[in-house]
Amino acid sequence: MSAIQNIVMPKWGLAMQEGLVAAWHVPVDAVLEAGQDLLDIETSKIANVYESPVSGHLRRIVVAAGETVPVGALLGVCAPASVSDTEIDAHVKAFQDSFDWDGAKADTGPEPETAETTAGRLRFLRMGDGDGPSMLFLHGFGGDLNTWLFNQEVVAQSGRTIALDLPGHGGSTKDVGPGDLVTLAGAVMALMDHLSLPSAHLVGHSMGGATALLVALERPDRVASLTLLAPGGFGPAINMDYINGFIAEKRAKKLRAVLELLVADPTAITAEMVEEVIKVKRLDGVDAALKTLRDGLFPGGTQAIDLRDRLAALLCPVRVIWGRRDRILPASQADGVPASIRVTLLDAAGHMPHMESAATVNALLQEVMT
Amino acid sequence: MPMKSYRQAVNEALRQEMERDSRVILMGEDVAGGAGAPGEDDAWGGPLGVTKGLEPIFGRERVLDTPISESAFIGCAAGAAATGLRPVAELMFVDFMGVCFDQIFNQAAKFRYMFGGRATTPLVIRTMYGAGFRAASQHSQCLYPLFTHIPGLKVVLPSNAYEAKGLLIQAIRDDDPVIFFEHKAMYDEEVDVPDESYAIPFGEANVTREGDDCTIIAFGRMVNLANQAADNLGKSGITCTVVDPRTTSPLDRETILDTAGETGRVVVVDEAHPRCNMATDIAALICEHRFADLKGPIKQVTAPHAPVPFSPALEDLYIPGVPKIEAAVRELCGKGH
Repeated sequence: MSAIQNIVMPKWGLAMQEGLVAAWHVPVDAVLEAGQDLLDIETSKIANVYESPVSGHLRRIVVAAGETVPVGALLGVCAPASVSDTEIDAHVKAFQDSFDWDGAKADTGPEPETAETTAGRLRFLRMGDGDGPSMLFLHGFGGDLNTWLFNQEVVAQSGRTIALDLPGHGGSTKDVGPGDLVTLAGAVMALMDHLSLPSAHLVGHSMGGATALLVALERPDRVASLTLLAPGGFGPAINMDYINGFIAEKRAKKLRAVLELLVADPTAITAEMVEEVIKVKRLDGVDAALKTLRDGLFPGGTQAIDLRDRLAALLCPVRVIWGRRDRILPASQADGVPASIRVTLLDAAGHMPHMESAATVNALLQEVMT
Repeated sequence: MPMKSYRQAVNEALRQEMERDSRVILMGEDVAGGAGAPGEDDAWGGPLGVTKGLEPIFGRERVLDTPISESAFIGCAAGAAATGLRPVAELMFVDFMGVCFDQIFNQAAKFRYMFGGRATTPLVIRTMYGAGFRAASQHSQCLYPLFTHIPGLKVVLPSNAYEAKGLLIQAIRDDDPVIFFEHKAMYDEEVDVPDESYAIPFGEANVTREGDDCTIIAFGRMVNLANQAADNLGKSGITCTVVDPRTTSPLDRETILDTAGETGRVVVVDEAHPRCNMATDIAALICEHRFADLKGPIKQVTAPHAPVPFSPALEDLYIPGVPKIEAAVRELCGKGH
């Protein structure tokens, strides 16, 4: 019976308890490729395409469009033709009978922790278990650990993961010192020391990518691998309309136009996402921290630190992932890197490949962990 | 983000601002509740427990139980504000405000103007308003239109716990007198509220729903009802924009006029009596500046021009509710819907 594969309602972010199946992109009986658009899911916070986590023959659609079900509920079943309809019916019935419908909704999942470290108060979220090095996720400018809502839970199936709020962001200290990469890299090292991690797989997006890169260059003994998503530090160019707009705009309508620069498909930016960003920007100290980081990282409108010349010195495995439709940092910054660095360019993604092409990025991250 | 009640949100805003700034003090009837009497000082923590737990942290010097004399302690608070403290006075029910109109209207509201901008009055008056509490006509009025009428006062109507915390922090940091209206029927309503401090600027409306057919502008507790009405109407194909102005003074005219012009149909929901209330004010504003965009008359959903009844059955009928809001929108959108 192991030939039967379940597709269940994913958990996108800490607050998600249930999701609405807005639409299926494929009919029953379709043959699925892992990573293809499978269905649209809406939660109270976000709406997105769910990419198929499996390859196989979609034999049953269990939850029709328009229905809302808890996280973990069975949405569909894949199985080869050799499995009979009767066996599939029995499988679905067994799943539904054993599924804890009330418990699934009440389960809020892992909660973020905070620690007082040598770099100040840091908030982080741990998921998964295993013996190998942890995978440590570093978000970009203006983000927080929720940036990884489509990734961390998936990768955590293969091992230990930690998503960090960098200084100035989320629930971490709002003290960003002079607002430079050294401060951010120092916070990463402080958390690794606090958690007694000898080394980690670093995954960094944008500003977090530049941070991860600096950690790997300065402390190669502490970095098992690097996965850099649309990373900073690969050249001077950066779209300052985004950075300045993100800081300046307080109203939903104008901020939405700024946030739309992040993604290839602007409809991915929901009203709820805009509202969440506004709420974060209102927290005491956030505005000053973002301005200090802007002035420290991008003085005069270009990236202050260019680490490109030092890429050849990296000792660990490095992968760079970039969306070809990135409007914040141009994907051309990945051109001409040393041959030892594997580059993956994604046609459909803008500046948020881990959200826009989550299944592809997750597969690459799981490869690192296994 | 943790769920917190409106009561907890107000308490947390007070505590965090008192920790941040030693000039912030509380005063009012029973804000601690036990001062000068046997037993614990923090016996009440406010008539509905909103300030509970603050006296043990900050002491009787910063959490002052006052005599039952609103004219005395509101005047005292205005003077304290003008001379360097940042008092948050609690005037239990807004209905009792009448005995201290001189202190508010003629003194606190006028200091900045009369002293050529050289005096500031960082005073917050927290007060309970609204019907639904079975507290009869002298404990259930809205009265925010009265204060909105006076230049020099800022008037705040938080519509949920998240709004209450951020707007109260802004009120305490503001250098002008602020009347902060807490709806007594909302104290147990919970939403996500961050643990950290944050301030929501005055004069920036919140657009809580976006739609094409009708714009509903609602105040205070009415915002949640307007959201429910909009969600219900959405199921039958009528989509509504809902605007929560947050503050009636200053008023975000831009968002109100823009959203009114976008749909061309406007319903204003106001729990206050219908004459000279916020609904008439907003309707006049839109008529003057967006008349050409309007596709029909501006509908006002308000309480009747009558005291709040003590009979529970009549009180329920008195308060504007979701069905009344829906009916107004449907009437405006016509038979096509």
